[in-house]
Amino acid sequence: MTPLTPVITEHWDVPDLFTLDGYRRKGGYRALPKALAMDPDAIIGMVKETGLRGRGGAGFPTGLKWSFVPQNDGKPHYLVVNADESEPGACKDVPIMIANPHALIEGVIIASYAIRASHAFIYIRGEVPQAIRRVATAVREAEQAGLIGDNISGSGFSLRVTVHSGAGAYICGEETALLNSLEGLRGQPRLKPPFPATHGLYSLPTVVNNVETITNVPWIINNGVDWFRQFGTEKSPGFKVFAVSGHVERPGIYEAPLGITMGELLEYAGGVRGGGPVKFWLPGGSSVPMLTADYLDTPLTYEAMVEAGSMLGTGTPMVFNNTISVVKSVTRWLEFYKHESCGKCTPCREGTYWITGLLEKFEAGHGTDPDMDLLNEVCGHIMGRSFCALGDAAATPFPAAVKYFRDEFQTATTVPVDVSFPPSAGYVFEGVAAR
Amino acid sequence: MEVTPEVRSQMSEIIDRYPNSRSALMPLLHLAQSIDDEVTPEAMEVIADALGLTTAEVAAVATFYTMYKRKPVGRHHIGVCTNTLCALLGGDAVYDAVSERLGAGHDQTDVDGTFWLERIECQAACTHAPVMTVDWEFMDNQTPASAVDIIDRLARGEQVQSTRGPVIRDFQATEHTLAFPVDGLAGEGGEADDIMLAGLTYAREHGMSAPAAPGGDA
Repeated sequence: MTPLTPVITEHWDVPDLFTLDGYRRKGGYRALPKALAMDPDAIIGMVKETGLRGRGGAGFPTGLKWSFVPQNDGKPHYLVVNADESEPGACKDVPIMIANPHALIEGVIIASYAIRASHAFIYIRGEVPQAIRRVATAVREAEQAGLIGDNISGSGFSLRVTVHSGAGAYICGEETALLNSLEGLRGQPRLKPPFPATHGLYSLPTVVNNVETITNVPWIINNGVDWFRQFGTEKSPGFKVFAVSGHVERPGIYEAPLGITMGELLEYAGGVRGGGPVKFWLPGGSSVPMLTADYLDTPLTYEAMVEAGSMLGTGTPMVFNNTISVVKSVTRWLEFYKHESCGKCTPCREGTYWITGLLEKFEAGHGTDPDMDLLNEVCGHIMGRSFCALGDAAATPFPAAVKYFRDEFQTATTVPVDVSFPPSAGYVFEGVAAR
Repeated sequence: MEVTPEVRSQMSEIIDRYPNSRSALMPLLHLAQSIDDEVTPEAMEVIADALGLTTAEVAAVATFYTMYKRKPVGRHHIGVCTNTLCALLGGDAVYDAVSERLGAGHDQTDVDGTFWLERIECQAACTHAPVMTVDWEFMDNQTPASAVDIIDRLARGEQVQSTRGPVIRDFQATEHTLAFPVDGLAGEGGEADDIMLAGLTYAREHGMSAPAAPGGDA
């Protein structure tokens, strides 16, 4: 059995961990002087050697991303932290920012030094003021302590950090849409290439990293490559802040090495709520294909999840039991993608409209066999043909659902899903009549 | 939007945070919503003026993001997550109960314009489902009864504490926080709650820990 390994979460029960004093008492800001004494390229090399992969969903190697920033080009460089956590099911970056914002800030300072950025931005979704005030206050404390500002600790390195509040747009989690948003534009994605490493914020070299990714950095600097690679697998090294939600007895944050299985996480989370089997689960957000109980023993790594036909995504598993209608779940996710489509490209803008309309027919018990074919066709017209990954994500839930639960869609050609699956059966509280 | 000297200086302070003034557009729109409880056409003109943009350029952004409202929100913004996970764990019933209590549907206010109700998308709090927000502060783990009780208490002017945040203020105060996030309230809401500590607690109880860190903790 893979043990839990609290690293990022180890001191979260310290009452004032979110303050500079609290963080320092637990060893915080010890990595910063070590990093500032290193050559920036050596830090990039070290992060490369750890094999740390982006924790925001795509899993791109972090050190490699940093190394794409052209050095000594005389241009300003930027670090942008993607704290727009909005993926349905993802709820690990907001807890990190609330519980230990200084660990993120320490990572921001070190990463900025490594890529020679003199200005870092933390783009936090606007709907989470508690995370925004904790991070912004941590930045202010760090400024007052001389950890951010001009000539930090006499190193000659200077850094500004700006905390930026979003305003409610899922698409801004896509890195180029986020950059447009940060420039004061509508949050619509840009054509790639060129990539942000050369043409990012204000068309200048920029690294965009997820909150959890950057939060790993102080531990890497403090403890080194070999320590880091004790966790996880060859291709998916390190520890992961898993957020387990849905029909489990103890939903919550569980930090463990990559390679732990859903079955193991489920055991730590007290098993399926009310007993009974897992009906379906998603390893990391609604944008990754669902899996069934057959995959509970598959390691939660980037590579094994792809092999299983899904993706690790944000590493925030959602678990659903037998009370839940797959048709209704997928319909609701598509209503989300339709609402959040930015409208820039036709396949996504029109496709999400068509998929949602067709799925709503099934939800009402009026789906037809030709509708099923049409749904497959529309999804096929979006996948790989939309401007950014949001379109692909919208084309993901239905094909995965029909692969495992075709019979449920069949039933929904005659019976409304609220009849087959009374909604109140899935509620986590008692005594509410069905809608 | 009334542009007092204080507002003018707040606008300058926001603009100074960025290498390029246009980047200040989003926080300035939040500031506008902290002065009025919506983004008015006048506010868009003021902001356009300050940033050297056209009002059309400002309106294009103000209408893209769902947190910017073009009708008065009222005193409190109530959000109920009805994305799949929250909805199916009970969020639909929470939404129905709140909607019935307020006599308002999605993106509508109650009859006296005090509460704005919105079906919100995933709030990054799925471990705390079903989730509600009041003025965007977390009200985790709701039931229909608890949600209606919160509305009743707010309506009576009683104090309501966010489950992971400060005592509820009002919509405009939160919008001010989004423009000026060092609001003196970071100490409210305490340390991580039991749900955020679920794994740490289990690990401690069962003697589990990460391999020793040679360089100490961060």
